[in-house]
Amino acid sequence: MIAERFKLLWQAAMVLGLTLMASPAFATATEAAATGMPNDGTAWWVWPVVLFVVTFVMGIIAVLGGVGGGVLYVPIISGFFPFHLDFVRGTGLLVALSGALAAGPGLLKANLASLRLAIPVALIASTCAIVGAMIGLALPTNIVQILLGATILGIVVIMLTAKKAEFPDVKKADALSSALRICGVYTEASTGQEINWKIHRTPLGLALFVIIGVMAGMFGLGAGWANVPVLNLLMGAPLKISVATSKFLLSITDTSAAWIYLNKGCVIPMMVVPSLVGIMLGSFVGVRILKVAKPTFIRWMVIVILAFAGIKALTKGLGINLF
Amino acid sequence: MSIQSSKVNEEQVIYAKVLEAGMYVGLAILFITFALYVFRIMEPAIPLEHISSLWSQPVHDYLEEINHNFLHLDELPTGWTWVTLLHKADFLNFVGIALLSGVTIVSFLSIIPVLLRKGDKVYAAMALAEAVILGLAASGILQVGH
Repeated sequence: MIAERFKLLWQAAMVLGLTLMASPAFATATEAAATGMPNDGTAWWVWPVVLFVVTFVMGIIAVLGGVGGGVLYVPIISGFFPFHLDFVRGTGLLVALSGALAAGPGLLKANLASLRLAIPVALIASTCAIVGAMIGLALPTNIVQILLGATILGIVVIMLTAKKAEFPDVKKADALSSALRICGVYTEASTGQEINWKIHRTPLGLALFVIIGVMAGMFGLGAGWANVPVLNLLMGAPLKISVATSKFLLSITDTSAAWIYLNKGCVIPMMVVPSLVGIMLGSFVGVRILKVAKPTFIRWMVIVILAFAGIKALTKGLGINLF
Repeated sequence: MSIQSSKVNEEQVIYAKVLEAGMYVGLAILFITFALYVFRIMEPAIPLEHISSLWSQPVHDYLEEINHNFLHLDELPTGWTWVTLLHKADFLNFVGIALLSGVTIVSFLSIIPVLLRKGDKVYAAMALAEAVILGLAASGILQVGH
């Protein structure tokens, strides 16, 4: 009964979102707003409502597809909405930041997110996110759009090829992680077993967070898509610790970049609040739908949507009107 | 094998509590101020009817236009200028946004005394460095433009 209800809600949300995006009103409003001219007969509240509905659907898809809201938000909203990329990136960072702030305290209290692991990583990633944000705001928009498209397509490749290791085999902790005492114990809820974990290849892992930080700041993306493979596959943190620490990490990395966008004037409350509420409510519903949805299908759907959005960003940057 | 237990570190608990409190306060303020704005309870600086004709422009053009047509300030409204415009509903929304963006700085500062008490000087230094870096980003000193 409940499963049926959620299935119906999910289908209704998808249909509503897609119908709105395909409707003539959406196209007219997009065109009018894209020209920078006042809208002809489009009420001021239409766009925030459309944004809310689309981000609500996005929030559901993000949870079901196992990705952060930010990675869907920036390419889709910048590709198919009239908002300038400067504001989309600023809003995208705040959307990802809010999601991380909402999840972070619980993950820290449950000892799934590790503060000892996060602090050195965050120090590097957040510094580099500032640099990335400054580069992103200094570059011409079309160049950022092209790079964003290429990055999104790269994320698609990562999603298609990256494997996950629930409990990576770390024979010996490296010298740096030993000196910093980056290790821990958590209780695996499914088995009740206490899992001891430690990490290795810390210097290389930290070096990669230079690139991740720059990209997060430059494009306004949350960086969970990159954090998790580095923490899990390269540094050898258990999957749950990697996912939780990555989510928490976004609250620090995105804070630094968000301030750069905020101070530059790239934040419009009329975009931020509907997006934030839409994503949060969508995530809330998504968690419940997750119990009845088929994750493999959803994951493929996310990959297709991201590929589509990546191509759109790339062609938009190149000035090609493909679709 | 590690001899530690799955008990959460003291600094981690404090960090989580500060983060949680800041997040709830920030979100509550954001929703209240947005309601004041969107239901026209308070007057905005930029009329609601004009917003949708502005957000498709690059940020510099947007700032020039809102300053020329509505704000009439000596300089473009970047950095912390929004603090001087808090009597306007749209700019009042920045209080919640700034709180959400600033709570991480407070969280880092709150764990430094605990780390120092435990003799963990390296992590105390890293927490301080992180707070300084985030504070620098928040200060508006780091300017950029195209």
